[in-house]
Amino acid sequence: MCDKLPEIQQDRDKWQEKRSKLKDRDFKFETVSSMPVNDLYTPLDIPDFDHARDLGMPGSYPYTRGVQPNMYRGRFWTMRQFAGFATARESNERYKYLLSKGQTGLSVAFDMPTIMGYDSDHPRALGEVGRVGVAIDSLQDMETLFDGIPLDKVSTSMTTNAPASILWCMYIATGEKQGVPSEKLTGTIQNDILKEYIAQKSWIYPPEPSMRLITNIFEYACKHVPKWNTVSISGYHIREAGSTAVQELAFTLADGFAYVEAGMAAGLNVDDFAPRLSFFFNAHIDFFEEIAKYRAARRIWARRMKEKYGAKDPKSWLLRFHTQTAGCSLTAQQPENNIVRTAYEAMGAVLGGTQSLHTNSMDEVLALPTEKAVQIALRTQQIIAYETGVPNVIDPLAGSYYVEALTNKMEEEAEKYFAEIERRGGVLASIDQNFFQQEIADAAYHFQRAVDKKQRIVVGVNEFVNENESVDIDILKIDPQIELDQVARVQKLRQERDNNRVNGALEALRNAAQGTDNMIPFILDSVRAYATQGEIVQVLREVFGEYKEKPIF
Amino acid sequence: MSRRIRVLVAKPGLDGHDRGARVIARALRDAGMEVVYTGLHQTPEQVVEAAIQEDVDVVGLSILSGAHMTLFPRIKQLLAENGADDIMVMGGGTIPEEDVKELKEGGWTEEIFTPGTTIEDIVAWINSNVKVD
Repeated sequence: MCDKLPEIQQDRDKWQEKRSKLKDRDFKFETVSSMPVNDLYTPLDIPDFDHARDLGMPGSYPYTRGVQPNMYRGRFWTMRQFAGFATARESNERYKYLLSKGQTGLSVAFDMPTIMGYDSDHPRALGEVGRVGVAIDSLQDMETLFDGIPLDKVSTSMTTNAPASILWCMYIATGEKQGVPSEKLTGTIQNDILKEYIAQKSWIYPPEPSMRLITNIFEYACKHVPKWNTVSISGYHIREAGSTAVQELAFTLADGFAYVEAGMAAGLNVDDFAPRLSFFFNAHIDFFEEIAKYRAARRIWARRMKEKYGAKDPKSWLLRFHTQTAGCSLTAQQPENNIVRTAYEAMGAVLGGTQSLHTNSMDEVLALPTEKAVQIALRTQQIIAYETGVPNVIDPLAGSYYVEALTNKMEEEAEKYFAEIERRGGVLASIDQNFFQQEIADAAYHFQRAVDKKQRIVVGVNEFVNENESVDIDILKIDPQIELDQVARVQKLRQERDNNRVNGALEALRNAAQGTDNMIPFILDSVRAYATQGEIVQVLREVFGEYKEKPIF
Repeated sequence: MSRRIRVLVAKPGLDGHDRGARVIARALRDAGMEVVYTGLHQTPEQVVEAAIQEDVDVVGLSILSGAHMTLFPRIKQLLAENGADDIMVMGGGTIPEEDVKELKEGGWTEEIFTPGTTIEDIVAWINSNVKVD
């Protein structure tokens, strides 16, 4: 290719002369992340392109083309719809419904009190029980949540972070009750506390003890729950908070490197825990930018893991990821249009080689999704898988001058952020300096101004608006009685359980937290005794203290 | 010349979705208002205490957790109990249309801005509804 470059340059110059006489639309041509894009890409944009070095074959280093040698010819991505609402009993019914419709993995959404480590009867839980996910206070609720769902047959993803260790122990204990040993459990806990400080903001303890809990989980998992993904390093929330695609890529991978360094600093061998790290990215609306982001992510991760952290096991080099379409790209206006947005985003994720995918429902911008909306979202994935032909060919956009140039660009820009983060003293120091938070706030503000000024068009919102539109789609309502019932349930449990056993287990946990032991066995014992999540969190909060943000805007 | 309008942007509830709150806070500041942002996870008591302490004209509540039917009335009640019912309450977030109607009719909020509202609309609403001496 290289020897033809002068000829191509001549051709391009001629074309440039002709095309510069044509008037373009009055529009700033850039990605949704404000990255400028050229009007045309040619071999001149990737002059040093080297297939073996830059891409490799699928399933081979540096994995730009995908993590499996046969990708979707082996099996499709896991179609994993995030769901959970009200109480364990209602959510259990929704899971059984989803499994009967052909969904292949479960993904549990918890309500805010559960996410923040409060029991349903805590004053701070008032009005929030079962609203945005399912309320889980104790092992009793977890047993109900998976009633009739054999844990050795499904893989389960749980979106929990600050109290991840506790909910994970409840899942392990539920497996024990079903007779499924922990070695057979498969699934993921999000457990990514760094992005909580950066973007999602559901924290409890300060960063240092939070990182200790995470390395405790790494250590326990490699001995007892070897098939579990111990952390899902998440860019999704960073993007939803308003970041650009490059920021999502760079901050997420920087978090990943921080977990690797923490694990190694805790004395673990990198190849013992790195294969169980997984990632979670956003699928936003700018099609090619997203595809380039996923490809760049795989390549950066593989190179760093091998070259910087000295990982020897190829499984440590693999960046496996879950994707969710962008909630923030959806509009409350003309919500049916969200089906189309989600479909393009999902197609981008598939072309980018995702391992699992959640497609948002059209009504999620208004409330929790109805069954009909969830079904359309799942069908969207099935249409991509079974009808479009896209999954037949591995990484079909490789070699596109644009996609390769953009992949390189994403990598270069991410490297600039890595250097900046290092200059600031690492990820924890950058969080403390509000660096990530300010970068994201700036990007979010820039985007909103562009929409308000119509420099960026959002269909149905600032252009093509239906006057006097009234939304006539069904909305899922949560009955307020659910909160009262859940409060009664946890209070009844506290009266009926063996409270001596609970107190003994919690005191043992307190001692472990004050020392240097791995805390997981003590949390597991507390859970088995039916200590509530709120009680366990309270013990750790008393030992570790609470994180306080410095609000900026 | 009249003094500048003072706004408290508050994030009650347990969720961490502060993108909207921060964009609004910055936009109102750029529009010439004095803005205080509470940060996340505020209880209604904390919101009202801050509103009174900062002597604001209007409180903007950003709620995406689904707890709006509990939080708006609670904050209005606490303002009234503390003799601060001259402070207006506006809000935004994922709030279904029928809840918006119920909250406004119940007098629990002066105005609710749903997704898609421009910053200019919010600024214009504050300027025409908040009277400063």
